[in-house]
Amino acid sequence: MAASDYDVAVVGGGLVGAATAWGLAREGCRVALLDEGDRAVRASRGNFALVWVQSKGLGLAAYAGWTVRSSNAWAGFAATLKEETGLDVCFQRPGGFHLALSERELEARATTLKRLHNQPGIVDYRTEILDHSQVAKMLPDIGREVVGASYCPLDGHVNSLRLFRTLHTALHARGVKYLPSHRVGNISREGGEFHLSTMQGAVRAGRVALAAGNANMRLAPMVGLEAPMKPERGQIVVTERLRPFLHYPVVTLRQTDEGTVMIGDSKEESTDPAGLTLGVSATEAERAVRQFPLLANVNVVRTWSAIRVMTQDGFPIYDESETHPGAFVLCCHSGVTLAANHALTVAPMIARGALDKMLVAPFSARRFHVQEAG
Amino acid sequence: MFKRLDEAASIVAIEVDGKTVRARSGDTVAAAMLAGGIDHCRTTPVSGAPRAPYCLMGVCFECLVTIDGVGSRQGCLVPVRDGMRVETQQGKREVGR
Repeated sequence: MAASDYDVAVVGGGLVGAATAWGLAREGCRVALLDEGDRAVRASRGNFALVWVQSKGLGLAAYAGWTVRSSNAWAGFAATLKEETGLDVCFQRPGGFHLALSERELEARATTLKRLHNQPGIVDYRTEILDHSQVAKMLPDIGREVVGASYCPLDGHVNSLRLFRTLHTALHARGVKYLPSHRVGNISREGGEFHLSTMQGAVRAGRVALAAGNANMRLAPMVGLEAPMKPERGQIVVTERLRPFLHYPVVTLRQTDEGTVMIGDSKEESTDPAGLTLGVSATEAERAVRQFPLLANVNVVRTWSAIRVMTQDGFPIYDESETHPGAFVLCCHSGVTLAANHALTVAPMIARGALDKMLVAPFSARRFHVQEAG
Repeated sequence: MFKRLDEAASIVAIEVDGKTVRARSGDTVAAAMLAGGIDHCRTTPVSGAPRAPYCLMGVCFECLVTIDGVGSRQGCLVPVRDGMRVETQQGKREVGR
């Protein structure tokens, strides 16, 4: 094998790439992190910051187990990052709510959870359905229209912008070479190493890990992998900073450690990433006020939209290339929730040079080929 | 502190933290507070330091007060009205008021 510049080149400087690169550096790898630039669609700057368990895994039981694994590893992950950087990412896991505004919504919720729970091989994540008075004991400010909720004690949240900054601080401290404005044009494998061509010149590495979000769709075929993606737009309403009143995250609404309330869980496909529509924000705000009437007079300081990284079936993809040994692809929607797994479980696999099939075989993109799956 | 250049005829009374302050019709809440000898509108959420209006034109957000029960109003942009109830804002806004 030729003497490469790096042991591993990670493509994508967002949360998935940064967590993976940090994990690789902890394993002693020489790592380059290639980041496209600010013209890229930056999903990591626009996420909702939940470390979320409930509802994950309907249609793929292994995803529930994978999510619970990360949720359980999160506190240790946050503590290690704090030790290395002195920065607190404000991880909290008080449990989380999914509120229902009608009997029909609550019934639909219960049915979904039952179907999820009845899957073979599912991990029990202890989600319960609570009625209005049970919810009101924990969330005293809910409106009368809230008929009930599902509650999962494993749900939590973080300050995701601080997580992003903390990971990059930790990467720098561990000597990872961060290469901004390095949009990867082509990847080839020559003499046992990968050449990643960019406008700034080529980067050579023994292995390559693609963690470029929706751009994996373009990059994966260069190394004999595939990443069928289906980007989705979400819109968020952000309030002024308020005294703490909401001590549990709700799937559509959370109060950050700094006091801001973030509202929104809209989903739109095939849309302009930068667009906003008043109808969507208004619906989000209206539901939030029905859930928490005291928000009625709060000032909105901004609204924004962002693109979710989403595979075609919504579940993660972790694969290694058969035609290009040493090439890996990582795609997932939940870059925050799964950050602990990427840093502590996936990165060590890539450092060893092979994915652990026991853990990640269900997440191979082969599932999209129904004839070959099984 | 501040002294008015001329006294106008039309006077309204507002209440600031329970104390009656006489203001001139057409004053903003922030101007009325300054003229009434109140040296700060709010305290900051981070250090608790007192803050007084700085720009008086809607930019600096140092004049945030609770007006008639609604928090985080910019005192420099709201004209006084007879009987208005104003409270200095301590730290972050209380939700629901």
